[in-house]
Amino acid sequence: MSSPEIERLVQLLAKLPGLGPRSARRAALHLIKRKDILLEPLAAAMTDAAISVRTCGTCGNLDATDPCGICADERRDRSVICIVEDVADLWALERTATFKGAYHVVGGTLSALDGRGPEDLNISPLLARVSAGGISEVILATSATVEGQTTAHYISDRLEDIGAERGEGPHITRLAHGVPVGGELDYLDDGTLSAALKARRPV
Amino acid sequence: MNWSDEGIVLSARKHGESAAIVTLLTRTNGRYSGLVHGGSGSRARGIYQTGNLVSADWRARLSEHLGTMSCELLRPYSAGLMTERLPLLALISAGAILERLLPEREPHPETFERFQALIESLGDGPDWVTGYVHWERRLLEDLGYGLDLTACAATGTTDDLIYVSPRTGCAVSAGAGAPYSDKLLKLPAFFLGSTDRMTRDDIRDGLRVTGHFLARCAKDANAGDLPAARAQFVDRLRRDATISGNP
Repeated sequence: MSSPEIERLVQLLAKLPGLGPRSARRAALHLIKRKDILLEPLAAAMTDAAISVRTCGTCGNLDATDPCGICADERRDRSVICIVEDVADLWALERTATFKGAYHVVGGTLSALDGRGPEDLNISPLLARVSAGGISEVILATSATVEGQTTAHYISDRLEDIGAERGEGPHITRLAHGVPVGGELDYLDDGTLSAALKARRPV
Repeated sequence: MNWSDEGIVLSARKHGESAAIVTLLTRTNGRYSGLVHGGSGSRARGIYQTGNLVSADWRARLSEHLGTMSCELLRPYSAGLMTERLPLLALISAGAILERLLPEREPHPETFERFQALIESLGDGPDWVTGYVHWERRLLEDLGYGLDLTACAATGTTDDLIYVSPRTGCAVSAGAGAPYSDKLLKLPAFFLGSTDRMTRDDIRDGLRVTGHFLARCAKDANAGDLPAARAQFVDRLRRDATISGNP
């Protein structure tokens, strides 16, 4: 039997996504065997992250500063806001290095079945940001699922309301759905193909 | 125990890291749930979207078990509706109503056929909203809460039927209902087969009638209130100026 310290480490590792009890034991053993080069630096990095990482009060991103690095960056176009469901989606868009605007993380999707309504998401701060003015475009980058698109439609409705109240609102756009780069039509699912056909545009 | 059937996805709830508990309305077995391994993973998530038609295999050691399910996509109906605001809300509303009100594991082949026909009609042509209201009315019949609009419940007359009794679901004529008009539900003419062009008020009245009896059905079945998705659809319908019907 291993010591309580190791057992506790295994139990906590097993709670991570992708790890079960067996793989957690392997990971714990791997960490312990490489104490100097892995376990101690990892523990220090986790402590630092636990102390310093916080949620950005403007966009909902995770960073060591509030406002986050993206919101504080003067070079970015703050008149364009890209709405994403989760911080992981924000990171995915940042990896592309093609979007130079601001973000807003809503923190999930609306779900009638799970009883998750607008008040459970980070939507009110978004509406306040847009109401404050200076926003020319809002890009809805929610996932291409029924719940993701319902959320996009809901946000779009609220933004249109703001536009109607103020006399002018931001231009509302959404990400295209269709054929991925490198995708062969023969291997695409029917839903993606039909969405691509609906979203076709002149060459 | 096992079966193979066609089904329409009503919901998929994430279970664990990548599995999902999927609920289908099947053609011959009724509303059925099952655990789908990998059902909420990135590869399979597109299949288990509300409204998609799938070919399903369900198996369990005992019939009362949740069972496991595997599905193959037949028609990706949801993909075609995702960009359409009102039809998407109608789809979610219909799916949520079926999920909440239809008894589990009880064959309802006609409900399946009508649900599929409804999905195929959503957003198609100017009168699809009327089709939605009719769908709710037919669902009430399937659930044992059908309206009796053949004659006035008070006088027996078949003329001037303009109200529905919220207690019995029977039609009431203008004369008999006048003293109770504030308590009765308005009966839209298209419920009686009128082919006149529907007004927005007709659609609103129709949804109020079906909503009242669907809510009663939910209460009787201890299923709580009507799903929030229906209220969202009705609310959006009220705001949308592009739906069928004269203003």
